[in-house]
Amino acid sequence: MVKLIVVNEGLGEVDMRKISDWGNYPVIEAEVGGFDSEGQLRSKLERPGPVIAFGNGRSYGDASLQENILLTRRFNKLLSFDETTGSLSCQSGVLLSEILDVFVPRGWFLPVTPGTKLITVGGAIAADVHGKNHHVAGSFGRHIVSMDVMRNEGSVITCSPTENSDFFKITVGGMGLTGIIMNATFRLKKVETAYIREETIRAANLDEIMDCFEASSDWTYSVAWIDCLAKGEQLGRSIMMRGEHATQAELVAPAHKHAPFNPRKGLHLSVPISFPNFALNHWTMQAFNLIYYNKFRPGTHKSIVDYNQFFYPLDAIDNWNRIYGSRGFTQYQFVIPKAAGREGMRTILKRITDSGLGSFLAVLKLFGEQDSFISFPMAGYTLALDFPISLKALDLFKELDAMVADYGGRLYLAKDSRMDAEMFEKTYPNADEFRQAISLLNDGETRFASLLSKRIGITD
Amino acid sequence: MKKVLILGATSDIAQAIARKYAAEGWDLVLAARNLELLEPIAGDLRVRSEADIQTVGFDAADFSSHRGFYESLETKPDLVICVFGYMADQRLVRTDFDEVQKTIAVNYTGAVSILNVVAEDFEQRGRGSIVGISSVAGDRGRQSNYIYGSAKAGFTAYLAGLRNRLAKAGVHVMTVKPGFVRTKMTESLELPASLTAEPEQVATAVYQGVEKKHNTVYTLWMWRWIMLIIKLIPEPIFKKMGM
Repeated sequence: MVKLIVVNEGLGEVDMRKISDWGNYPVIEAEVGGFDSEGQLRSKLERPGPVIAFGNGRSYGDASLQENILLTRRFNKLLSFDETTGSLSCQSGVLLSEILDVFVPRGWFLPVTPGTKLITVGGAIAADVHGKNHHVAGSFGRHIVSMDVMRNEGSVITCSPTENSDFFKITVGGMGLTGIIMNATFRLKKVETAYIREETIRAANLDEIMDCFEASSDWTYSVAWIDCLAKGEQLGRSIMMRGEHATQAELVAPAHKHAPFNPRKGLHLSVPISFPNFALNHWTMQAFNLIYYNKFRPGTHKSIVDYNQFFYPLDAIDNWNRIYGSRGFTQYQFVIPKAAGREGMRTILKRITDSGLGSFLAVLKLFGEQDSFISFPMAGYTLALDFPISLKALDLFKELDAMVADYGGRLYLAKDSRMDAEMFEKTYPNADEFRQAISLLNDGETRFASLLSKRIGITD
Repeated sequence: MKKVLILGATSDIAQAIARKYAAEGWDLVLAARNLELLEPIAGDLRVRSEADIQTVGFDAADFSSHRGFYESLETKPDLVICVFGYMADQRLVRTDFDEVQKTIAVNYTGAVSILNVVAEDFEQRGRGSIVGISSVAGDRGRQSNYIYGSAKAGFTAYLAGLRNRLAKAGVHVMTVKPGFVRTKMTESLELPASLTAEPEQVATAVYQGVEKKHNTVYTLWMWRWIMLIIKLIPEPIFKKMGM
């Protein structure tokens, strides 16, 4: 305690601080500073040498880490909103949760949202995030009208699908390597209520859940939790969750009807300290999965839930990443093309269940078509699993990489902390062109770079 | 519509407080020295809410302007939140007396000067709330931060006295001691996560404290006990500690 009080205020001796992204792996020492105006950002960029933007630290690995970090969270002003078109302009440090807080009560919702609302708009663009509606709405980048990106001190590029379109193309999903995203304009969508009409369906194995995805293509939102510890006949047993924005007429509960845009705040929990590393092991996770799976009755179950329960169940637990302990964790998220789908997914899933290393947070989703330059999604199945970091897990990932690549799939950069340059090269068809474009932009010098971009060979 | 006047409205804590009050349906008067920084903040609040947002220039260290400033407000506020503060580099403060004077002028004298004017008005009207953002640094002088800390200690004592004086007039005075907050002042520091509040948490604590008419508010509950322990360490031991 004595030490922490000394850290307090004003001594100004601490220039480097420890920082990590959501997985707490890796943890690095970095020089960290932020900005809250365009002028401040400009003066920060006057300093030579590489930097990377850091939003709310929700990428899992090292995408926003390196020695010199620019925090964007204080650059968080809403700039304008058009009530007729739903077009919102804001600075890049605004959180999706702030947008929801302000606009859901007015009848607007995000066009695309990932499984956490605690990410910045800049991060959503840089990682070109996807959500449960990817098969109908594509990724976040599809909904951007325009954005401003600061490259060097003084030079701001305004880009859109029609203006500076080549620059736009490599910035969406470009992991912050084209510059500091300052402002963005994108369209919110109109909703009648803050509630979701949800159906949950229990699927006994992988075939059943995949049939279920095919049969759910008309639903706006669909995703499945999958028990990646279940073996044999039960391999791939899952819970499908699909949903639609509820109309006012569909609300039945008096409390919902009375305040269709203002659900009661749910229970908010917090994980105050890191769990000991042994707390999560094969047995505790298997027990959790068994209980969770059996919580759902066989067949289809219908309910009306508020948007936080449907989209962001984990956001109700502050610092849930601490359950993985000090060793940290990573998420292995891959996609394989639909053609390779069933067989590929079965083979890979079997390898994971045989390892016994998977955890209780495993998510399966069927993506729709994706037309973008360097983004992660492609038409096919994606599976995301959390793993505590261990040598065994890292070895397993190597094996999985080879399988994913063979099936023509790839890994999600926003979740990754360990893939090598060869894997990236092999699985992202535009890898070469992307690297050349970044190098050309920077005139051969390294300007915007992260540990991720170095690791996978995009920058020096 | 109730109206809140926020003094020193460009700081991160003040911005969070402004958003909270705008979301709760209050009208806002934002006062700060740097109007260039203040305008985008007001613009943001206008997109977020229907609230009426005014901006006005205010310099905490220009004491003689304070009465005129308050009298020029068209309608008087129901709530005044005094957020401005100044923290110099402690090493600089040891040798540069101008920095010492600025620290005292902003954190103590300036706050007393403007709140005296506000108190006079509120006492006459027999209602209203005054909130002062002080600091845990004022709870006990420590070598790492005692110039700032002593100015804040003075401010804390002033607020306590003001509370005592105005209680019978029906005016509420609240002292806020935020502890570590993740702001531009601290973003380059490695702070213990469980003891560090977000500006939004301070804003919520202020809002709830005013609603419930609390006297002294620590943002995170641990701070009340941490500072109590620090205050209880006997001086012969305390003076040898590297705090």
